[in-house]
Amino acid sequence: MTGSALTRYLAGRVAQAVGVLWAAFTVTFVVLYLLPSDPVALQLGAAGIETDKLTPEQLAQVEAQYGLDQPVLAQYWHYLTGALHGDFGTSFAQGLPVSQLIGERVGTTLTLSLVAGALSLVAGTTLAWLAAYVRWRPLRLFLSRLPSVGASFPQFFIALLLIQLLSFSLAWLPATGDRGWQTLVMPALTIALLTGSMLAQVLMRSFDDTLQQPYITTARATGLSRAAVQLTHAFRNAALPAMTILGVLVAQTVTSAIVVETVFTRDGVGRLAQQAVLAQDVPVVLGVVTLAAAVFVAVNLVVDLLYPLLDPRIVHTPKVSRS
Amino acid sequence: MTLSLTREDTALALEPPDDEPGGRRAALAARLRTLARRPGFLLASLFLLFVLVSAFVPQLFSGYDPYATAPKDRLLPPSLTHPFGTDDIGRDLWSRMLTGSGLTIRATLVALLIAVVVGLVLGVVSGFFMGLTDSVIMRFADVLLAVPGLLLALAIVTALGFGTIPVAVAVGVGIVPGFARTTRAEVLRVRTLPYVEAARTGGASWLRILVRHVLPNSWGPVAVLAVLDTGVAIIAIASLSFLGFGAAPPAAEWGSLIAGGRNFMITAPWVSLLPGLFVAATVLALNHVSKTLQEPAR
Repeated sequence: MTGSALTRYLAGRVAQAVGVLWAAFTVTFVVLYLLPSDPVALQLGAAGIETDKLTPEQLAQVEAQYGLDQPVLAQYWHYLTGALHGDFGTSFAQGLPVSQLIGERVGTTLTLSLVAGALSLVAGTTLAWLAAYVRWRPLRLFLSRLPSVGASFPQFFIALLLIQLLSFSLAWLPATGDRGWQTLVMPALTIALLTGSMLAQVLMRSFDDTLQQPYITTARATGLSRAAVQLTHAFRNAALPAMTILGVLVAQTVTSAIVVETVFTRDGVGRLAQQAVLAQDVPVVLGVVTLAAAVFVAVNLVVDLLYPLLDPRIVHTPKVSRS
Repeated sequence: MTLSLTREDTALALEPPDDEPGGRRAALAARLRTLARRPGFLLASLFLLFVLVSAFVPQLFSGYDPYATAPKDRLLPPSLTHPFGTDDIGRDLWSRMLTGSGLTIRATLVALLIAVVVGLVLGVVSGFFMGLTDSVIMRFADVLLAVPGLLLALAIVTALGFGTIPVAVAVGVGIVPGFARTTRAEVLRVRTLPYVEAARTGGASWLRILVRHVLPNSWGPVAVLAVLDTGVAIIAIASLSFLGFGAAPPAAEWGSLIAGGRNFMITAPWVSLLPGLFVAATVLALNHVSKTLQEPAR
C-alpha cells in the first residue's frame, strides 16, 4: 500500500467513525426529545418543579431559564455544539454541569472496567486454552459448555449471589461501597463472568480452526509438545478473531456497569445513568449515552486500524465486521 | 392466498412429499424422537413449557392471592405451604413470582414481536430494493448498533416513562438492527435464486415475487435469531425492571421482585435468590434448547 492510499484509508475510516458518533448522538437526542411525552413537564418535573402549580407567566419564565422555549432544532444545535466542547448542559435533578457529574465518576467506572477486563482476559483465555488442550472427552465437553452457561446468568443474580456468599455468609468482603480494593472484587467478578464467557466462546471456536492448520502439524513434527505448540504457534493466530469482538466486550462492560454499580452502590457513571433515568434527567442520560457510544466507536476504530498491523495477510479491508 | 399455503407450495417443489417414507415430516418426527431421548433437552423443554403455561394461567399452580398480605406470616422461609417463602408483608412469593412471569413473559413476547416485524420489514425493503434505500436503512442500523443496547433502552425508557410496555418497546427496538441485517442478507441470497428469476420471466409483479417467493424463503434464519434473542430479551427486560424502570408496585415482575428482596438479604436471602434462580434457570433452559436445535442433525 502506498503512503497516500494509507492516508486516504485512515482519513476515511476516522471520518466514518465521527459520522457514526454524530448519528448516534442525533438518534439519542431525537428519542429523548421527540417521543410522545411532554419534554417540558418531564424536565421541569426532574428539576422538582410541578408544572400544574405555576401561572403561565411563571411557566414561560422557567422554560426560558432551561432553554425549553427554544425550537427543538435550536436546542439540538445548542446541545451538539456544546457536546463538541465537552459540555452536555446542566443536570435538571442535581443542578450541576453534566460533564462535571460524569467527570467525578468516570474514574471509578474506569478502574472497575479495567480490573474486570483483565480478569475476563485471563479467565477467558485460560478456559479456551484448557478446552483445546484437554483430551479426556467428558472434561473437554464440560469446559466447552461452561462459557454458554456463564453467559446465561443475569448479572444482578450473580451479584446478589456473591454478596450473599462472600459478604453475608463468609464475611470476607464488604457488600457495598467504592473505597479500597476489597470493594472491587465482587463487581469485577460479576462483569468478568459475562465478558470472560463471551471471549472464551470466540477463542474456543478459533482455536478449533487454528489447530487444524498444517503449520501446527509441522510444529508438532519438529518434536514440540502439544502445550508448547498451542501456547506459541496456535495462540497468536487464534487470538486474532477475538480482537474483532473487543468493541462488543467493551460495550458489554459499560452496560454491565449500570447494573453492577447499582447493586454494589458504587458511585460510578453506570449508577449515575440509573439515577438519571429514574429522575428522567434528560441531559445526563444524553451525556452518558453519548459517552458510551464514543467509547464504543473509538475502540472499534482502533481495532480496525490495528488489525492489518497484527495480521499482515490482510492488506487493508475497509470493513472489519463490527458486531 | 395465505402465507402458509405459499410455503407449502415452495416446500413441495423443493423437497420430497410428506407422505412418502423419508419425507420431510418423517425426518422431522425422527429428529424429534432423537431429541426427546436427550434428558437435558427434554428437561429444559418441559421447564420452558411450565414457565409459559404458568405465565398465562398462574392460578393453576398456586392457591394464594399474589397481592394478599398477612403481616404475621412475614419473611417465612420456604416450606411446603409456601414453596418460595413469603416476603416482608407476608405475601406468598411463589404466586407473586408466577404473576411476575405473566408480565415478564408478555413483555418478552412484545419485544420479540417488535424486533421481528420491524426487522423483517426493514430487511426485506433494504434487500429487495437495494441502492439508496438499502444504504440509508443499513447506515441507520449501524448507528443503532453504535449505541450499546442497554443504553439505547435507557434513553427510550427515559422518554416513554416507566412500566412493562415501555421496557418491552425499549428492548425490542434495541434488537431490531440484528433482525434487519439477518433478513437483508437472506433476501439478498434468495433474490438471486433461479425460481425468482423464473417468476420474473413469467411476468410476476415485484409485490407478488416479494410475498410469494422471497418472504417465505427468507424468514428461517430470522426465526432462529428470534429463539436465540429470547434469552437476551428476558435478561434485558428483567435487568431494566430490576433497576426500577418496570411496572410500579404492588405489581410483580421478575426484576422488581428480585430488587425488592435486596433489603432483607441478611435475614431472608430466599426473597431475592429464589426468584433470581428461577430467571437464571429459564434463560439457561432457553439457551440449551436453542443450542440443541441449532446442532446439525446427526
